[in-house]
Amino acid sequence: MATTSNMFMYSLTIQPPTTITQALLGQFSGTREQQIITASGSRLTLLQPDPKLGKVLTILSHDIFGIIRAISLFRLAGSHKDYIILATDSGRIAIIEYNPKLNKFSRIHLETFGKSGVRRVIPGQYLAADPRGRACLIASLEKNKLVYVLNRNSQAELTISSPLEAHKHGVLVLSLVALDVGYANPVFAALEIDYSEADQDPTGEAREEVETQLVYYELDLGLNHVVRKWSDTVDPTASMLFQVPGGNDGPSGVLVCGEESVTYRHSNQEAFRVPVPRRRGATEDPQRKRMIVAGVMHKLKGSAGAFFFLLQSEDGDLFKVTLDMAEDAEGNPTGEVKRLKIKYFDTIPVATSLCILKSGFLFAASEFGNHMFYQFEKLGDDDEELEFNSDDFPTDARAAYTPVYFHPRPLENLALVESMDSMSPMVDCKVANLTGEDAPQIYSVCGNGARSTFRMLKHGLEVSEIVASELPGTPSGVWTTKLTKYDEFDAYIVLSFTNATLVLRIGETVEEVTPSDSGFLTGVPTLAVQQLGEEGVIQVHPKGIRHIVRGRVNEWPSPQHRSIVAATANENQVVIALSSGEIVYFEMDADGSLAEYDEKKEMSGTVTCLSLGVVPEGLKRSSFLAVGCDDCTVRILSLDPETTLEMKSIQALTAAPSALSIMAMEDSFGGTTLYLHIGLHSGVYLRTVLDEITGELTDTRQKFLGPKPTRLFRVLVQNQPCVLALNSRPWLGYTDPLTKGFMMTPLSYTELDFSWNFSSEQCQEGMVGIHANYLRIFNIEKLGDNLIQKSIPLTYTPKKLVKHPDQPYFYTIESDNNTLPPELRAQLLAQPSAVNGDATLLPPDEFGYPRAKGRWSSCISIVDPLSEENGVLHRIDLDNNEAAVSVAVVPFASQDNEHFLIVGTGKDMVLNPRQFTEGYIHVYRFHEDGRELEFIHKTKVEEPPMALIPFQGRLLAGVGKVIRIYDLGLRQLLRKSQADIAPTLIVSLQTQGNRIIVGDVQQGLTYVVYKQESNKLLAFADDTVNRWTTCTAMVDYESVAGGDRFGNLWILRCPEKASAESDEPGSEIQLIHARDYLHGAPNRTSLMVHFFAQDLPTSICKTNLVVGGQDVLLWSGIQGTVGVLIPFVSREDVDFFQNLENHMRSEDPPLAGRDHLIYRGYYTPVKGVIDGDLCERFSLLPNDKKQTIAGELDRSVREIERKISDVRTRSAF
Amino acid sequence: ADKLRTQQELERLQAKYIGTGHPDTTSWEFKTNIHRDTFSNIVGHPPLLSYIALAQNEPVAKVRAQMIRKMLQPAGPPPPRE
Repeated sequence: MATTSNMFMYSLTIQPPTTITQALLGQFSGTREQQIITASGSRLTLLQPDPKLGKVLTILSHDIFGIIRAISLFRLAGSHKDYIILATDSGRIAIIEYNPKLNKFSRIHLETFGKSGVRRVIPGQYLAADPRGRACLIASLEKNKLVYVLNRNSQAELTISSPLEAHKHGVLVLSLVALDVGYANPVFAALEIDYSEADQDPTGEAREEVETQLVYYELDLGLNHVVRKWSDTVDPTASMLFQVPGGNDGPSGVLVCGEESVTYRHSNQEAFRVPVPRRRGATEDPQRKRMIVAGVMHKLKGSAGAFFFLLQSEDGDLFKVTLDMAEDAEGNPTGEVKRLKIKYFDTIPVATSLCILKSGFLFAASEFGNHMFYQFEKLGDDDEELEFNSDDFPTDARAAYTPVYFHPRPLENLALVESMDSMSPMVDCKVANLTGEDAPQIYSVCGNGARSTFRMLKHGLEVSEIVASELPGTPSGVWTTKLTKYDEFDAYIVLSFTNATLVLRIGETVEEVTPSDSGFLTGVPTLAVQQLGEEGVIQVHPKGIRHIVRGRVNEWPSPQHRSIVAATANENQVVIALSSGEIVYFEMDADGSLAEYDEKKEMSGTVTCLSLGVVPEGLKRSSFLAVGCDDCTVRILSLDPETTLEMKSIQALTAAPSALSIMAMEDSFGGTTLYLHIGLHSGVYLRTVLDEITGELTDTRQKFLGPKPTRLFRVLVQNQPCVLALNSRPWLGYTDPLTKGFMMTPLSYTELDFSWNFSSEQCQEGMVGIHANYLRIFNIEKLGDNLIQKSIPLTYTPKKLVKHPDQPYFYTIESDNNTLPPELRAQLLAQPSAVNGDATLLPPDEFGYPRAKGRWSSCISIVDPLSEENGVLHRIDLDNNEAAVSVAVVPFASQDNEHFLIVGTGKDMVLNPRQFTEGYIHVYRFHEDGRELEFIHKTKVEEPPMALIPFQGRLLAGVGKVIRIYDLGLRQLLRKSQADIAPTLIVSLQTQGNRIIVGDVQQGLTYVVYKQESNKLLAFADDTVNRWTTCTAMVDYESVAGGDRFGNLWILRCPEKASAESDEPGSEIQLIHARDYLHGAPNRTSLMVHFFAQDLPTSICKTNLVVGGQDVLLWSGIQGTVGVLIPFVSREDVDFFQNLENHMRSEDPPLAGRDHLIYRGYYTPVKGVIDGDLCERFSLLPNDKKQTIAGELDRSVREIERKISDVRTRSAF
Repeated sequence: ADKLRTQQELERLQAKYIGTGHPDTTSWEFKTNIHRDTFSNIVGHPPLLSYIALAQNEPVAKVRAQMIRKMLQPAGPPPPRE
């Protein structure tokens, strides 16, 4: 298959996956500081918990371009640094080190052991490292296990041996951990099932007798081989192992967790077992058994042998498990275990990984929804919780015992400190502009169960407002100033009005300063204020410059009949422009007075703006002056003593400049670069590089910010000079702390007219701004995250989302399987037996809903995303064990195009294998502009309809394999036309004109045409490949973009001839009698674009994301990814990026050794897509590599960086 | 000799990679292999596992264990030998 295409897309991730598949705690920087490493999708992320602030900060996120299957860490004896072992789909084992100086992961070892890909017998599913860092075991789901010996050589470098095999045919592994055995030979414990006998026995008896085994594999370091040392039968439901401390710290061994059972096992110890307590409550099923799904072991500091486990059940309940040791005659603990104890600890959301920090925090990486960061208040030592111990229970899990119960209660031992936003699982997503801002927002539904949310994602930086106060008039400018060079904070706020100036003093309270005190002229407007020299302050007003030094005032009057129109100043220099177009330059003398430079420079047009840079450290002056004139030019003048006011360079612009700012900013080369920022009257913002020696302007990048003239101000955010650009929205230009790339991000704040830096004792790094007659002081706390989230809680796991056609409301359908519906809950609670203390209702968002097999809870919610308080306006619960599966808003032509909400439901559904008793289509009428819904009727259909869309003033429903057109009747929906189209089950429908695109759950897309004259639905094209479609969107009349269950994104196109023929009037005869081609429709679609995205796409839509940007394809993934596919317009760009991508593949090969091209072509060779995520890593390369690539591409490094950032900024965030 | 080498190579592959077919692969063997591959594939791809767990409203860890246990005999017992 050709990998070139005549359609090319640029794939970019706007939001990386937020799920965490595994999290581990370690000391990766080589210091005592504990950090958390997480694997999320293809990304390896390093988190730094800050115990003081109670926050978790992201230090580094690295896309390894491979599927991370397992991570583990180890520490060599005597070292303080943890190394990371990565098991990915590359067929290689990678050992990674974190380099805190460069803030980078670097690879130390990469050993190939097998084929690439996620396969049954290729190791990588399980990974365990010996706690003493001597060996690691990497295992596959079936058969293969490889042991690598880790050591160090004479140069103290880490070495890795060739692999030792411990394969056994026909063995499935359920869980694998390393045993803590001190310094004895490393031992690994695996939970295994052997199917080889069952495979030979036709009677099926052997299958019944299959036992779950706990097997110890010992690595004999002396003989250098691995032996199966010990095995024993354990609980048949066992699925998880936990390491028990050994050596001096404990008895060694493992905890084997199965269904309602936690058993302590070790080769030389007796078994001890405790059951997992069940929840007691009126709505709880007393017979339901729980499994352990996550857990963590923690050794307490100080006392040897003190440790405990926190194990989490599937409801999210944490149990504290401890071991009692037998004592000898003198009362000293021996190495023998006496009993196992379990007690209820607290309830938190179900986690994939738990990490207990030494500083007393618990990091819980939730499997769905926000990740939680808790602080331990106590360890549950002396509370009234019942403790159950193994003395009362048989060790055989199949033996009879009385189950034990506990009462769940709100958090007692833990306190929530921070909840880290996570969009995983993202189920559906729509783009709309409801706020009336210029750029649209992304609306999505995420989460599961009672922790589900509706989230709004907006491009912008979070701003916190400190003060907003009304002013007597409408000011035109605002400045802050210190009084002397040595002041730490600003002393005055100066406000300029049309014919007056107001000076305010900053202190505990803000009060007006009298003119005699401040020395400012208050009867005139102000053009600039600046602290000058050691103790001076200047005020520039239209008629002159006022220099105030310790209360003494020197006035420089402007020449007669001319006034000052623009001014700029820094600590040592002042420049003003006169109405005649002359420029006057002043510099501080040694004695602290302002000295005017003799010559005036005359400009060709009226000067509109000026800028002097800040005086660079160690120098006396800034050597450049930027002058903007109304003839659409910017000139750079020299301020060096030899060449004062000589022109260095000139740049023509598309509009008159409205603001200029010369500023040095951090760049991706690891230093700083001097930039000239230019704001234009047309609302465009430009950034050009100003050469520090020649003053030449190069590398211009531009962005359209809004319809008003752009004004620019230099501000400090997190000690970084940033440019604040004001337009219809305020924007901040800054260097991203992680990628070091320049970002221009809107602030989530009101419009501002003028702004200045602000620093006081209360607010060290703020900004002051004015708009209309309001003065606002605000600050920006975080620069890393440029997407703002707002979330609204929902009731059950959301399934789909639709928007009201004209009103800003969304309708979500939500359903939870195996959940007790509200009416039954109420019934149970009302029973008299429930009264004795069990009737306390626990908030479901923490404790979940009570479960009941085969039951469904489902509802329709009306969400108002713009409301400040409760976002869900109304909720309709579905009864009768029905669950909503699809939703659409349909205008019915027979009802004067009135819109109705159509919801498809299924009754008594069983997911696997698919079963149901009935399917329905509900119709609801909108009331009060969509704020309320009225149920009209429901129509029984033979299967739950999985897809619904409006079609030519009627409803088109995908019911099983059939598509059917319905019209609205009085009592029910009326069938108008139908056709048996899809082979398995229709899950998605799209339409344009007479064309319908049918997506099958398993067999890909079918193109269908609706023939109005004969009222027939006829398939005319389908796909060559089975695509397990999850979502589709029509790109144009012929092409459809979609995603499948395995993480691929693709675009298919119908042949032009077939497309045209299908729409010809009277072509139905041909279509009906057309010969089937290979048991399918007469025509085949062709593949235009194919790309492996790793995450499973749940929705895709064609939309635009920025003002004036082109249309892109936006997709969302279940792990919380939001990505875009940007179409390329010119072939030239495609060639450039293809070349760049090729070079990036060789210069920056993926960390875990996966071949990038193979990764992106995981199932089908990548076609017509350039991986923007890889291209964007260009800015992170070391300079010499950048130079090499730039040389190969025949371009400059800056040019390449500009091209990369242009693609992103033009179409996405 | 070439034929022998091909034969040996095939046998080596069959030993190394479970599920490599041979002329006498039975329908049951084939089905069992395909099912086992499917389950191991679901377990190996976290997004796919989350997708299923989310639909079933069960914890991921539980679904994972269920999938692995299903690999035991996914297509029923082997047909009786003649």
